[in-house]
Amino acid sequence: MNWKLALTGVAALCLFVGAGTLLSPASVAQDAKTLKPAASFQSIANERERSVALFQEAGKVIQHPRCVNCHPATDRPLQGASMHPHQPPVFRGDGGMGLPGMQCTTCHSAENTPVVGQADTIKSIPGNPAWHLAPIEMAWAGKSLAQICQQIKDPARNGGKTMDQIVEHMAHDELVGWGWKPGAGREPVPGTQAEFGELITAWVKSGAACPAS
Amino acid sequence: MVTFTLNGQERTFDGDPDTPLLWVIRDFEKLTGTKYGCGVAQCGACTVHLDGMPRRSCVTPVAMIEGSEVVTIEGISGTEADAVKTAWTGLDVPQCGYCQSGQIMSAVALLQMVPKPTDADIDGAMAGNICRCATYHRIRAAIHNAASSMEG
Repeated sequence: MNWKLALTGVAALCLFVGAGTLLSPASVAQDAKTLKPAASFQSIANERERSVALFQEAGKVIQHPRCVNCHPATDRPLQGASMHPHQPPVFRGDGGMGLPGMQCTTCHSAENTPVVGQADTIKSIPGNPAWHLAPIEMAWAGKSLAQICQQIKDPARNGGKTMDQIVEHMAHDELVGWGWKPGAGREPVPGTQAEFGELITAWVKSGAACPAS
Repeated sequence: MVTFTLNGQERTFDGDPDTPLLWVIRDFEKLTGTKYGCGVAQCGACTVHLDGMPRRSCVTPVAMIEGSEVVTIEGISGTEADAVKTAWTGLDVPQCGYCQSGQIMSAVALLQMVPKPTDADIDGAMAGNICRCATYHRIRAAIHNAASSMEG
């Protein structure tokens, strides 16, 4: 046996396996940035299972910091990918617009605002014409996807919305849409708002089933 | 070209529309009472009033203020401003003073909205104005004094 050839073969195998190992996390990372099309869930024959799977896919958006940061469990918004308490310390106030003298509009504008001459860690101040906190009954921070699912269906905790209005809100609301264009320095939520809207539409059509946990 | 009112006078700016209002106020209008602290709306030193509301000028592109009224520490006036000035000098509130124009702009705005603020109101409104000399106790007392002086 030619030992040189055998060793080359082993080395090649290692490289091959190594490449495979490297590819896995990359594909997972890519998966976290995209949404599976609603149509791809048609292969799940059981309607309830399909409905749950659709909501779990939509959950990649719903549980993203871009969304949860303004659905806090307290009166203080969260901030950043690490979801730390908002700095400077600001609080809910009337209509989730901040306290007198320190309203959201003291710093946030109608659009994302690039900052100049700053460290790479802060590239822009987020903004939107409707910038405000979700009401406390719509708090998502610290909750499981199953709990959020039940909450979204409960008119007492979803702003009195029908399921059709939930679909409309998720698919077209401008502040929800900010999550896909959050400004320089912030990771957008996965996929597109249209894809997200289709997932929520298909979830509602399939009975709006919630995950067990 | 952006046209706006600065301390009651119509002004124009024809530079880069992304220029922060703070740069326009300090470098072009030469009103240096408004201070640069952090540049990212974390400290409050650059607070001005934009259409009557407190606003961090360091994160306000000048293009955003077309047709708006801007008031700086040099131009602040009225009952609340007079009361704050008297209260501030009465207690010698500033130490180094760098943050104080921002503190005063926030305090005046608070009193315009809440004439008799509680400690909680003051905490809420002033939480975004940092003072490295920690004059917070005098700031709070001066706001209470200003509120009391406006009564009756």
